[in-house]
Amino acid sequence: MDLKDLYRDVILDHNKSPRLFGKLEPADSSADGHNPLCGDRLHITVRLEGDRVSDLRFEGKGCAISVASASLMCEAVKGKSRREITHLFNEVHEVLTRHDAPVPDDLGKLAALSGVREFPVRVKCASLCWHTLNAALERSHEPVKTE
Amino acid sequence: MNANPAYSSYDAGRVWRDFPILSRQVNGKPLVFLDSAASSQRPASVIAAVDEYETLHHANVHRGVHQLSQEATKMFEHARERVREFVNAASAREVIFTRGTTESINLVAQSYARPRLQRGDEILLTGLEHHANIVPWQLVAEQTGAVVKVVPIDYLGEVDVANFSRLITERTRIVAFAHVSNALGTVLPVREITRLAHERGAVVLVDGAQAVPHQRVDLQALGCDFYAFSAHKMYGPTGIGALIGRESLLESMPPWQGGGDMILTVSFEKTTFNVLPFKFEAGTPNISGAVGMAAAIDYIDSLGIDAIHEHEQRLLKIATRKLEAVPGLTIIGSSPDKAAVISFTVEGIHPHDLGTILDTEGVAVRTGHHCAMPVMEFFGVPATARASFACYSRESDIDALVAALGKAREVFS
Repeated sequence: MDLKDLYRDVILDHNKSPRLFGKLEPADSSADGHNPLCGDRLHITVRLEGDRVSDLRFEGKGCAISVASASLMCEAVKGKSRREITHLFNEVHEVLTRHDAPVPDDLGKLAALSGVREFPVRVKCASLCWHTLNAALERSHEPVKTE
Repeated sequence: MNANPAYSSYDAGRVWRDFPILSRQVNGKPLVFLDSAASSQRPASVIAAVDEYETLHHANVHRGVHQLSQEATKMFEHARERVREFVNAASAREVIFTRGTTESINLVAQSYARPRLQRGDEILLTGLEHHANIVPWQLVAEQTGAVVKVVPIDYLGEVDVANFSRLITERTRIVAFAHVSNALGTVLPVREITRLAHERGAVVLVDGAQAVPHQRVDLQALGCDFYAFSAHKMYGPTGIGALIGRESLLESMPPWQGGGDMILTVSFEKTTFNVLPFKFEAGTPNISGAVGMAAAIDYIDSLGIDAIHEHEQRLLKIATRKLEAVPGLTIIGSSPDKAAVISFTVEGIHPHDLGTILDTEGVAVRTGHHCAMPVMEFFGVPATARASFACYSRESDIDALVAALGKAREVFS
């Protein structure tokens, strides 16, 4: 286990200066993520244009892995369609959990998270934001209630 | 100069060698175990006692006339007597074996509190409590319409006794609090709080899980009605602990769980319950656990609990001084009366990242909310790192912690 593999420069940079940090108001959908083990909390707001996530923000508190992962994710999915986002999520999930999974070329900066798989207890930190984004996107399918 | 003769002969290096696990390596580094408040390690004597029981004496207790059952029963009841002596309970009938502190508190909540509480009655807790001393009371409050009230903590991590005075009312039925806070180490004045509660007719439960490994506990002197603790925090096995209860209260309580061992006669028309303490021990108990718990008490006695206390307090002082010198480090909980537990944060480094980096250096600390989320909320932090010391901790462990913290600051510089 090499610490430099976990805390790569990209991760430390995104932890220190998270991109797309904040809250969209108004937003088309939002979701909260919570990792009770370490107390990480995340709130994601998204704007949708048809099938695409036209804009999104995240806010919250967490460890370097969870903050950097959320920041990298937001950058990576902005402007992408649901299908493209699902594809990315599957790739990231594979890289985070399968010890010998190759790192796909199209992951871009998200590839920096591949070191997390050497630290199994930290995988949840990196995947929290993806599950939260998924929840926000699934929720946006629900019919809007107008009472 | 040291006034305590037991302490002046305390040999931390020898004590350390009594614990086989401590000489293993973690991530290629010598293990530095600073997470004893979560669960302490076991000395070879405890491991051997459990092993000997399993190898030579095991059978079910209180049942057979055969030799093994008699041996197992004798060892199990001897363990009960050792637990009684350890905390100076008035009688072995007051010593109920449970799975641990959590089960002990749930037993009191369900068997003592639930039948008695009326709508609007009050259960008083403190802001320092472990979830195990919050949730069972919330459950019983929901079941009965009683109300949970909380004595606040202050910025030192202390609970002001004057606030107990103010918050114990004529509606207060139960006052429940930790003897020692697991998250911060604060020691609460059990005797004083118990006196205040008793003056107003409330019954007192004390969560002693973090107290018994670190200081002498004399229940007859403290005067509380229920006292709960676990073996695994005092060098014994997991899955065994005790509830000590005032005999008159235990007598008046209905059984909590039904089954074998807790009955005298059973027919489909009527069952008569066994006497104390068996009334509260349904089913085959954790016999090997009890044997291990007794061996842990023997071990503590061999070192002397006062000498352990003095050793840990000395380490606490040194660790506090050395950690305060680490740039950006803040100690959370600074009561002058603390057990050897240090909760801290380091500016710019999340506790979870600290935990991982320290682990790569072989240093085990707890990171997170320590099952005390209200404490974290009070101090406005999502989590802390916590170093906790035990009889086997050494001064060099503190230096290893400080060096590993330096490494963490390097990574995050």
